Order: sequence, then structure tokens, then C-alpha cells
Amino acid sequence: MPDTARPARPRRGRLLTQRHPYLLTILVFVLLCGINTALQPTFLLPSVAVSNLSSFLPMTLVAIGQTYVILGADIDLSIGTIVSLVNVIAATIIDSMGGSPLSIVLGLTAGLAAGLLAGLLNGVCVALLRFQPIVTTFATGVVFAGLALWVLPQAGGQVPPAFYEAYAGGVLGIPTVVWVLLGGIGFGLLVRRLRFYHALRATGGNIQAAYQTGLPVARVRITAYVIAGFFAAVAGLVLVGETASGDPLVGASLTMSSICAVVLGGTALSGCVGSFAGSILGAFVLGLINNVIFFAQMPFEWQGLVQGLIILAALSGGVMMARGRADRT
Amino acid sequence: MQSLVTLLKRPLAVALLAILVLLAAGELLSPGFASWRQIVSMVTIAGLLGVVAAGQNLVILSGHEGIDLSVGGIVSFGAFLAGNLMQQTDARILPAVLAVMVITFAIGLANGLGVTVLRVPPLVMTLGMFGVVKGGLVLLTRGIPSGRAAPLLQAAVIRPLLLGLPGIVFIWAALGLALTLMLRRTTFGLSLYAIGTNERTAAVAGVPVLRTRALAFGLSGLLAGLTGILLLGYTGNVFIGAGDGYALPSVIAVVIGGTSLAGGAGSYVGTMAGAVFLVVLQSILTTLSIPEFGRQVIYGLTLLALMLIYGRQRRLRG
Repeated sequence: MPDTARPARPRRGRLLTQRHPYLLTILVFVLLCGINTALQPTFLLPSVAVSNLSSFLPMTLVAIGQTYVILGADIDLSIGTIVSLVNVIAATIIDSMGGSPLSIVLGLTAGLAAGLLAGLLNGVCVALLRFQPIVTTFATGVVFAGLALWVLPQAGGQVPPAFYEAYAGGVLGIPTVVWVLLGGIGFGLLVRRLRFYHALRATGGNIQAAYQTGLPVARVRITAYVIAGFFAAVAGLVLVGETASGDPLVGASLTMSSICAVVLGGTALSGCVGSFAGSILGAFVLGLINNVIFFAQMPFEWQGLVQGLIILAALSGGVMMARGRADRT
Repeated sequence: MQSLVTLLKRPLAVALLAILVLLAAGELLSPGFASWRQIVSMVTIAGLLGVVAAGQNLVILSGHEGIDLSVGGIVSFGAFLAGNLMQQTDARILPAVLAVMVITFAIGLANGLGVTVLRVPPLVMTLGMFGVVKGGLVLLTRGIPSGRAAPLLQAAVIRPLLLGLPGIVFIWAALGLALTLMLRRTTFGLSLYAIGTNERTAAVAGVPVLRTRALAFGLSGLLAGLTGILLLGYTGNVFIGAGDGYALPSVIAVVIGGTSLAGGAGSYVGTMAGAVFLVVLQSILTTLSIPEFGRQVIYGLTLLALMLIYGRQRRLRG
């Protein structure tokens, strides 16, 4: 039945979850942290926390980028392949130029440029040429994956120790991975203050109305895709530091987990409602689910099913929590 | 001239024309590409994609951002289950097929209930279900492939029946006929178009919106299970993730066939043409001995070019 046809329900009990659509995810996050600590007493040690963070970081970054596309009621199914493409471009340039400081600068710049261009291509296809987002980004994703295989057919490439040691190290006593995450958070906080952000949410809420109000709808959607490309690029570069090499398939699973993380974080796939902070939390929850299952020493053959069920339950729970809010907006 | 332009705007015509162009190009580049034997083998493979895409088509027609990304996992699951239940024994085919259909229908219905009762967006629900089905498959197989097709099933699927065409092509054609009749002549089919076009008016008109949509998901699961059985018959035995890659191509086949992702408009005949087109495109790229990366790039660019022709959305008006 359509929403209008259901009788008005008392709303009082829902106010809290409406104001904080990812409240459930916070609860799940705390719960998972508790379970993880019980199973792995070293969980709270700073070194373990940092190593967890560095393994969650690529997914977290991609989830932040995906948030903006989804807020505009679009979707990016190519985001994982952009990660792969950027990853192999940067690793190959750094490797082929002998790992000099110049090669590192060049590799990182080329990687970032590739990510931004890929996002721009997606945005232009979807917003200017008016292609359907799901099919379009699937198709561009196939192209990006092909290009990644062209740049580097097999995982490999050698990155100079200085690079990955710098990545594993820190600045001002704070690990690099934490800086990257803080950078992502800073970006999110900054964007939230921009006129673009409100235009994006308006576009996601009702594109026709946004257009009639005079908002530059196409430019806003393209910008969202470029932001997604940017975050995918950063994730690709982070993976160069993490694995010290390039892999044309490294981002394959990131597309779907980014969407899961965004939904877990209370962002509605229908656009308009949500936040990057929720997506960060969603990505952490996904990562912690993996951790808990690993440390619970569950028999190997059960792991996939349990993981699938937890994620499905969390997704439906998150959606139901966020729903009251999405319905009203 | 006018009528030619309008014809070219019809997705089915575009898909058929594109198939002919590809066949001609293939024949030119590699003589023998468009030989009857080659065409038969391409249509056979398209049959597998076409049956999954049938379920996908129903879900997409039902609107409400309908999409079923769990079908790939269900194909793998169906193939595994069928192989283990029939154990190369002809007498066990019927119970095995029935069991697979009941179970995969139940999985699809679970998707449908999640989407309608819990109101989880289809993309999320079916993506989550994909994880669950994959996990269940690992639990059952313990990572070791098992199960083989019964000889009769293999014969029914791949042995040439008429004009060199194997059984699966006739099964597919029968399904196409049945589905087209169902969509055009039955209450369920018309309800599907109604809820896909405008859910509220359909509800006001007395269409059971939730039941219709849940059933579409159930049938999508069932048809994916059927694909698993056919895949088992086609290959004899299947590796564990054999069907995983079917999800997105099935969506693409539906879209190329002219069904709107917004729901409410489209036909299964178009989807069948879309499935054939995808397979012909894939095999032309394989035949040309282009390296893997080139194949992928051309495949993606062709899809984009097709979107340019008719996959465009309405212009915003002030």
C-alpha cells in the first residue's frame, strides 16, 4: 500500500530515531566494539585500533564519496573500479620511474587526476546526457576495470620503501591513516556548509522542483560524482601505501560494500536524507562484523552465512529506523 | 522517413538492428562468425541469460526502484542444489527440479516480503540477500564443488532438437511465449504494469500492490533457480560461483530490451533481444582475440553508446 493510505501512527516513539537516523548503527557499533573487545582483548590498544582503522580506511573513504552521489538520488556502481584504476596508475608510475620523490609526486597526482576524470565522466553521462545512473555507472565501471587491466595486467609493481613506510608512520605523532580519516571528516564538515550541499539535497529530494527553483541541477549532480571519484582516488592511493603495490582488482568488492555502508549509516537511497558521518560509521560496522566473525573462531563454512545475515539484518534495521524521517521529508 | 525514425526509437527494433550489425561485422572481421552453428551456440548461451533476465524483467516492471541483485547468487545456489539432488540419476530429475523451484521461489519471496512489508529498498534487500545466499552456499558446499547433472537433463538442455537448435532454446522460447501471454492477458501481468506505472492509482483501483510486487520477486527467484538448473544441464557440473556474474548483465539485458528502470513499461520480447545482443557482443569481442582489457573497454563503451540511442531520461522542464 502506498504511504498515504496507511493510517496516521503515533509518532512520538519515533522522534529520536528520526532525528538521528543512524542511532541504531551507533548501537550496533558499540555492541560490536564490546564483542570485539571480549573476543580480542587487545582491541582497544592504540596500535590495534590503528591497524583496524587502516584496514577499514579504503571502504570508509569510498563510502564517504558514495554518500554524496546517493544524497543526489543517483548511484555510482563504478566507484570500486575507479579505486582499482587509480591504484594501478599510481603504482605503475611510481614503479616505472624508479621510485624517486618526483615519481611519487607524479604518481599521486596522476592517480588523483584519473579519479576526478572518471567521476566527471560519470557525472556528464548521468546529468548532461541523461543516462540512467545504474546502467551507466555499471558500463563506465566495466571501462575503468578494462583500463586498469591495461595499465597493469597482474597485481605487482614495486613501491619504494620510503613511500609505504611514510604511510605506515605518522606526522606529529599521529598515524597517517588517522590524518587521512580526519581529512575526510574535515571535507565532509566543510561541504556541509556550502550552498552546493543544500542544492544537492534539494536535487535528491525532488529534482523537478529543484530545477524549477533555478538550482543548477546538472552541475550539482556532476559535482557529486566528481567528489565520489575524488574519494575513490584517495582510497586507491591509500591502498598503494597499504599494500606497497598495485592490483587491478583491488577495488572490486568496494562498490557493493560502499552502498551497504551508506545505507547502514542512515542515508536513504531515494536521496536527500543522510550524512557522511553516518557512512563512516556504517563502514566501521561492516569492518567490525568481519573482525568479530574472524575472532569468534567460527567454523570457516559458517562465516559467510552469518556475515550475510548480520548485514541483511543491520541493513533492514537501519532502513526501518531512517524511514520515518525519509517519509516526512 | 518519419516512420523509419520512429521505428529506430523503438528499443526492440534498435536491439534487433544492433544484433544484425554485430553479426555482419563479426562475419566481415572473422569469416564463419555468423554461421548457423555459431549463431546456435550464441542463442544457447543467451537462453541462460534470458531466463534470469525474465525474472529481473518482472521485478523491474513492478516499479518502486525494483531491481533484483540476488539472482546471480540464486543461479549458483540452484545449480548446486539441482546437481546434488539429482546425482546423475534421471529418475530424480523431477523431484530435484521441483525442490529447487520451491526453494528458490521462497528465497525470492523473502526478498519480496522485505521490500513490501519491511519496506527495504530493493537494491539493498537483494544485495543483502545475495550475501546470505552466497554464505549459505559456502556452508552447504564447504567450498568444494559437487553435484552433477543427470544425463537426461543434459540431453534436454544441449542436444539439438530441430534445425540444430538445442532444447534450451525451445524452453526459452516457450518461456517467452508464456511470459508474454502472462503479462498481456492475466490479471497478475496487468497488475504488474499498473503498479509499475503508478502505485497509488493502482491501489485505488483495487490492485493488491504488495502481493503483486512480492510475487514478482518470488518469480524472479524461481526463474533464477530455473537458470541454475539449465546451467547445470548446459555444463554438466558447475563450480560454486558459476552464476554469480548474472545479476548485472540481466539488468542490462532488460534495459537494452526497452524496459524502463522506472517500471511500468516494457516487454519480455525486448529483453530476449537484449540478452541475445549482449551475448553476440561478448562473443564478437572474444573472437577478435582482443586482449581482456580491450574487450572490457569496448563492451562498456558499447553499452554507453546504446544508452545514447534510447536509454535517456526525460529532460527537466521549467
